[in-house]
Amino acid sequence: MSDGRERLLSGIRDSLGRGALDADTRAALERRLRFPRANVVPARGQHGSRDALLAGFITEAERVNTSVQRLPGWDGVATAVADFLRAHNLPQRVRVAGDALFKNVTWSAAGGLEIEAGPAEAADTASVTGAYAGIAETGTLMLLSGPGSPTLLNFLPPNHIVVLPEACVVGTYEDAWHRLRAEVGTGIAMPRVINWITGPSRTADIEQTLLLGAHGPRRLHVLLVDGASPAH
Amino acid sequence: MQSTARRFTTNVREALHDDKLQVALARFPDGFPVKRRLAAERLPEFDALRDDAKAIKDHVLEHLDYYLERFEAKVTERGGRVHWCTDADEARQRLVALCREAGATIVTKAKSMIGEEIGVNECLEEAGFTPVETDLGEYIIQLRREPPSHIIAPAVHLSKDQVAAAFRAAHTDLPDDRPLSEPQEMLDEARAVLRRAFLASSVGITGANMLVAETGSIVLVTNEGNADLTQTIPPVQIVIASIEKIVPTLEDAATILRVLARSATGQDLSVYTTFTTGPRRPGDLDGPEQFHVILLDNGRTRMLGSEFREMLRCIRCGACINHCPVYGAIGGHAYGWVYSGPMGAVLIPNLIGEDEAKDLPNASTLCGRCEEVCPMRIPLPRMLRQLRDRQFEAGQTPAMFRFGLRWWARLARWPALYRLATGSGVRVLGRLGRRKGRFRTMPFAGGWTGARDLPAPQGRTFQQWWTAEKGLRQ
Repeated sequence: MSDGRERLLSGIRDSLGRGALDADTRAALERRLRFPRANVVPARGQHGSRDALLAGFITEAERVNTSVQRLPGWDGVATAVADFLRAHNLPQRVRVAGDALFKNVTWSAAGGLEIEAGPAEAADTASVTGAYAGIAETGTLMLLSGPGSPTLLNFLPPNHIVVLPEACVVGTYEDAWHRLRAEVGTGIAMPRVINWITGPSRTADIEQTLLLGAHGPRRLHVLLVDGASPAH
Repeated sequence: MQSTARRFTTNVREALHDDKLQVALARFPDGFPVKRRLAAERLPEFDALRDDAKAIKDHVLEHLDYYLERFEAKVTERGGRVHWCTDADEARQRLVALCREAGATIVTKAKSMIGEEIGVNECLEEAGFTPVETDLGEYIIQLRREPPSHIIAPAVHLSKDQVAAAFRAAHTDLPDDRPLSEPQEMLDEARAVLRRAFLASSVGITGANMLVAETGSIVLVTNEGNADLTQTIPPVQIVIASIEKIVPTLEDAATILRVLARSATGQDLSVYTTFTTGPRRPGDLDGPEQFHVILLDNGRTRMLGSEFREMLRCIRCGACINHCPVYGAIGGHAYGWVYSGPMGAVLIPNLIGEDEAKDLPNASTLCGRCEEVCPMRIPLPRMLRQLRDRQFEAGQTPAMFRFGLRWWARLARWPALYRLATGSGVRVLGRLGRRKGRFRTMPFAGGWTGARDLPAPQGRTFQQWWTAEKGLRQ
C-alpha cells in the first residue's frame, strides 16, 4: 500500500517537472492552511443591521421551501412544535436532540406532546434539533454532530423542526467558519459531521419534475427564537 | 465501465432515431440553462467567484503532492485511513477487500462518477456483494442496467413510463395493481425500498465533491440526502475520490460551493452540503465505526503533465453539457463512456485513450458556449482543437479531409490567388443557387449535404465584406 503512495506522489512530481518542494514553499503553504484567507465574499449576505440580517435569512430560507416561524422567547417553543404537528396531521410525538439549547424549553407546556430522546429510529415521524448557525446568504442551517446531536435526526424522520436562536444567524459562509474556528476549533475538536441544510430534501430525477422529500425530510420548519442562546 | 466510444457514429444514429430520448432532450433547454442564467444574474459577484475558484484549483494542482500528504495526515489524525491507488484495478481490489473485511452483503452507494469510471457495481457483484445505488436517478438506471446519460441527472433520458416499468419489474414483492403513473408515487416507492436497503447495509460507498486539506474532511453535495444516509447508517464508510478533488481550506471549499450548484442546477446551494471528518467519536450515537478514503489517480497524473492539465479543475457541475448543442441533439449515451458533452469529449480520450475515442473531439461545433459557462473557466474548445491537431499529426484524419486541407493551405499562402478563387467561387455558386437559395447536393460535400442543405452564397466573400465594412467604420 505504501508503494502505491510513493508511486502516486513521485508521478505527480514528475508531471509537475520538479522534485520535492523546498522548505520555503512548504512553509508558505503551511501558512496558507493555518491562517485561512477569505476569497471574494458576496455582498448579499452582508447586512447592515441585525433586523436586515434576520429578514435576509428568512427570505432566502423561504425561497427554498423552508418554513420559518419567529418566536418572542423560549416559552413558545413547545407549543409551536405541537401546533406544527397538529397543522400537518402528525402524531403528537417527537424525537428531540439532547442539545444544550433545550434546557430552556419546558416541553410539558404543550400538553400531550410526547418527547423521546436518543438517536433517530426508522419509525420516527418528526425530530426537533438545534442549529449551530443560520447563514443568511442562502437561508442555510448549519448543524454540528455530537453526543447530543446525532446526525440521523436531520435525515431519517420525514419532518424536521429546527430551533435557531436569533443570535446564531450570521451573514455568510465565512462568518460561519469564523465562528466555528473561534468557538469549537477546526483542529482535532472539529465536529465529525457539519451539515449545511438548505431546504427540505428534493429530487428532479424523473422527467425533471421537482418533488420534495426524496430521502431526507419532506418538511423543514425553523423556529427562530428571540433571546440569547442559553449555550452562550 | 466498458466503453462504446469506438462506435460513436452508430450510437449517434441510434440516438437521433430514439423518439423517447428526443422527447426528453427537447425538455432540456428550458431547464438547467435557464436556471443557471437566473442564478448567475442574482449574484453580482458570480464572475469574480469563478476567477477565485479557478485560482484555487490552479494553486492546488501546482502543489498537489503537498496537499494530498497533508490531507492524509489529517484523516489519519482523526482515526480514518487513506488508501492510495494508481489505477482502476488497484481501487477495485481495495474496495472488495474492505467489503470482505466488513462482512458485507448489501452495500449502499451514493452517486460517484469515479465509481462509474472503475465500474464499482460490476466488481462488487462479481465478488458476491449486492450494491444498491441510492440516488434516485442512479437507482433507476441501475435497475435498467445502463450507464448514466448525464453526470448530475443520470436518468434524464427516460420517461416516467420507462421508470414505472423498471420499478414494476424490480419490486415484485409489491402488489401488481398498485398505482404508479405519477412521479410522486414512484418516488414514494423508491424511498421505501431504499430505506430498507440503508438499514440492512454494512458498507456505505460515497464519492467526494471535495477533500479539504486543512481539516481532512470530505465534502459531499446532494439534494436528496442519500449521501448522508449512506455515510451515516452503515458501520463502514468508504469514500472514493480522484486526487484532483483537493482544496486547501474551508474558505476555499465555500468559494467553489458558491459556483457549483449555480452552474449545475441553478440552485444557490444544493440542499445538503456535508463536511465529514473521520469515523464515529466516543459518545456519538450514530456514524460509521470505520472511515476509509481511497485516493485514486486513474489517469490524472498523466493529464497533470500534459496540455490537458486545466481539465483537472473540473468540478463536474455539468454546465458545459447542459449548454452543448451536440449533447442536446444526441444525449449522453452516444459518447460511450461515463462522461458526455464537451467535458466528456476531452476527458474520455484522456482517460481511456485517444484511439478509443477518436470521434469525440470532432463531435463539436466549437461554438464556445461550454467555455462561456464553465465555472472553472476550462478552455474546452481549445482542448478539443488540440485533440484534433494530434489526430491530424498522427495521420488519423480521413484522406479527403487532409487533401482538401493541404490544398486550402497552399492557396491561402497566395492572397491574390485566394481572393480570385474565392471571389469567383462565390459568384458561380451564388448564380447556380439563385433560384432556390440552397443546394441539395454538392460534389465533395456529401457529408454536409447528407443531413441538410448547403445555403447558396449571397453577394460577396467574407474578405470583400470585411474590407467594405472596415472602410465604413473608418
